[in-house]
Amino acid sequence: MDLDYTDEQQAFRQEVRSWLEKHVPSKPLPSFDASREGFEAHRAWERVLAEGRWGMVTWPESYGGRGLDLIQWLIFEEEYYRAGAPLRVNQNGIFLLGPTLMEYGTEEQKARFLTSMASGDEIWAQAWSEPQAGSDLASVRATAVLEGDEYVLKGHKIWSSRAVFADWAFGLFRTDPASQRHKGLSLIFFPLNAPGVRVQAIPQIDGETGFAEIFLDDVRVSAFNRLGGEGEGWNICMATAGFERGLMLRSPARFQVAARKLVELYKAHEAEVEPTVRTAVLQSWMDAEAYALSIYATASRLAAGGHIGAEASTNKIFWSEMDIAMHKAALSILGARAELLRTAPEAGDIGRWLDGYFFSLAGPIYAGSNEIQRNIIAERMLGLPRA
Amino acid sequence: MDFRFSEEQTMTADVVRELLADVCQPADLRRLMGEGAARDASRWAKILEMGLAGALVAEDNGGLGLSAIDFVQIAEACGYAGLPEPLVENAGVALPLLAAFSDNARVAALLKRALAGDVTVTVAHPANSFVADADTAEAVLVVRDGAVHLVETAKARIVAQPSVDPFRRLFTVEFEPSDATLVAGASEAAVPLAAALDRGALFAAAQMLGLAQRCVDLGVAYAKERQQFGKPIGSYQAVKHHLATAQVKIEFARPVLHAAAAQLEQSDLYSRARISQAKLACTDAADVAARTSIQVHGAMGYSWEVDVHFFLKRGIALTSWWGGTAFHRERVAARVFARPLGPEHTFAGEA
Repeated sequence: MDLDYTDEQQAFRQEVRSWLEKHVPSKPLPSFDASREGFEAHRAWERVLAEGRWGMVTWPESYGGRGLDLIQWLIFEEEYYRAGAPLRVNQNGIFLLGPTLMEYGTEEQKARFLTSMASGDEIWAQAWSEPQAGSDLASVRATAVLEGDEYVLKGHKIWSSRAVFADWAFGLFRTDPASQRHKGLSLIFFPLNAPGVRVQAIPQIDGETGFAEIFLDDVRVSAFNRLGGEGEGWNICMATAGFERGLMLRSPARFQVAARKLVELYKAHEAEVEPTVRTAVLQSWMDAEAYALSIYATASRLAAGGHIGAEASTNKIFWSEMDIAMHKAALSILGARAELLRTAPEAGDIGRWLDGYFFSLAGPIYAGSNEIQRNIIAERMLGLPRA
Repeated sequence: MDFRFSEEQTMTADVVRELLADVCQPADLRRLMGEGAARDASRWAKILEMGLAGALVAEDNGGLGLSAIDFVQIAEACGYAGLPEPLVENAGVALPLLAAFSDNARVAALLKRALAGDVTVTVAHPANSFVADADTAEAVLVVRDGAVHLVETAKARIVAQPSVDPFRRLFTVEFEPSDATLVAGASEAAVPLAAALDRGALFAAAQMLGLAQRCVDLGVAYAKERQQFGKPIGSYQAVKHHLATAQVKIEFARPVLHAAAAQLEQSDLYSRARISQAKLACTDAADVAARTSIQVHGAMGYSWEVDVHFFLKRGIALTSWWGGTAFHRERVAARVFARPLGPEHTFAGEA
């Protein structure tokens, strides 16, 4: 156990820090879920990152990355959040599909999709859930029928993050019409501007349109767009979900920076708040640290050749519940001002805590509800029998 | 940066774990309880044979010269087994503290016997209201006005303070301080005593993590067997989710404990906050796991027959041992409110 950064890691941190200091936009970008303008501003930022080869540091150089290890990725993320850099509009691509493509894609598929993903030229949405397939994802009904060298896609996807403005989506389709449940599913990519695709935005609690419904009416895509073999879609999706919940979806730095801001907010209002808030603030800091330490332990294990398992599910439960607690603590400090919009003359230093609180409430739902995660922990970690 | 144990560290802990799995099962605990004895002599002999008494004593002083990170998994194993014998307090806390004063001839002589496994030593530290295992110890290191005295238990007035935990032996110790008992003055003793508190809190946390896992494991084993409505109760989500929630507590206390162990020797505001965070996190995990296990066992969980109560009681005992939640939360606050925060400071220390 060696909890000191090497000289090389420290030099890397300095390199990231000085690049970010020069390049991070001085003003926050408008939300990528509220307007095309905000979305394109984030795409432009992805291009700046890609030009510096900072888009995805763990990827091989041939796909625009730097071939770095997971500890370096953590250091990059720490500096990224420390600098207050924009949220990653292509997270569905770079954090979820990217690693999966790397593992299951052919060389041709990697060349075709990874480079444009890293550059921000193609922004990805996820198209897994359906109206009747949420937590019970294996009951997917959307179909993909092979005709020559094309698939014909038909069905109705929903809760697709980023789909309103994104360029591509990756979805789960039933390629074997006679199949049931987990069998006969395939993972297929489709352009969101293809003929027969209709995207319908769904307004969220916060009024933004971060997710959408996708209607697919005989959409024809090349069979080249299938990742892995026919019928392997379920296993590949689960691998993607492992990455999503496990490591990359929510890097610890995000919460450590939020905890730092929460402590600052508390210090500014210490005299006005009840004593229990102090305990909640300290707990938030401790939880953010615990999550970071846990991810360092996982990254060290993976770097030594280990695999991510059911701990992906423990991570997802922990960060999502921590995120809510942290925002609740902030709202209790803000008191009567917590309900104000930032445009209110008396808003003062309310910041984005209320937006963050709303978004935190989605945490226990997306990427597999926490109820499903608890089932996974109980069955795969603890060995309890299936229902 | 490598947040992993060495193979040697894990192997040593595995050996202890296997030994305890062999000789420290609940049936063994119940037998000891029935006899009313302080120790199981043959088990204690087997533990001593492993040569762990001097684990944390420097090699110059005749010990193994190991660090907290080498010992933390052993302490977890002791918690998992609910070990009654004082391996953690003797080897983990008392002997390294004793060794800090080995220039003193009485200390040196006692240390030699203690490292040989002939006697044990215990500590009356201001962080604790009581002294553990004073009846079986040869001597007590007592803190009086910041100074450390070494008192043979035979020459002290020892009053038992029975604990609800049948395997914890608590005492108050009274003695007449004199030049003969004095080992180190307050200024000399301050650093070793602070280190003793750090080790005590860390290893108490480690034991709580171990017993938390034991509570979950007992609950899981029962939930697989016990049938209601024609199925094992562990197949129902209400039961699964209870146990999963407890396991999540354990999973996120463990890396804090291990980071705290790795950084203990920094002995600064940062490492002390991490130790205290570990104590708080492991206390929480032990509390949730014990209550969950009782709930999952249903009425059986409230019975004397089911073993969970041994671990519930050890958890209650260790919660306040080497500093309670208020004490440790303030040590965290001292770091949070006075030092830089953020992801670049996760592994920081005083420059």
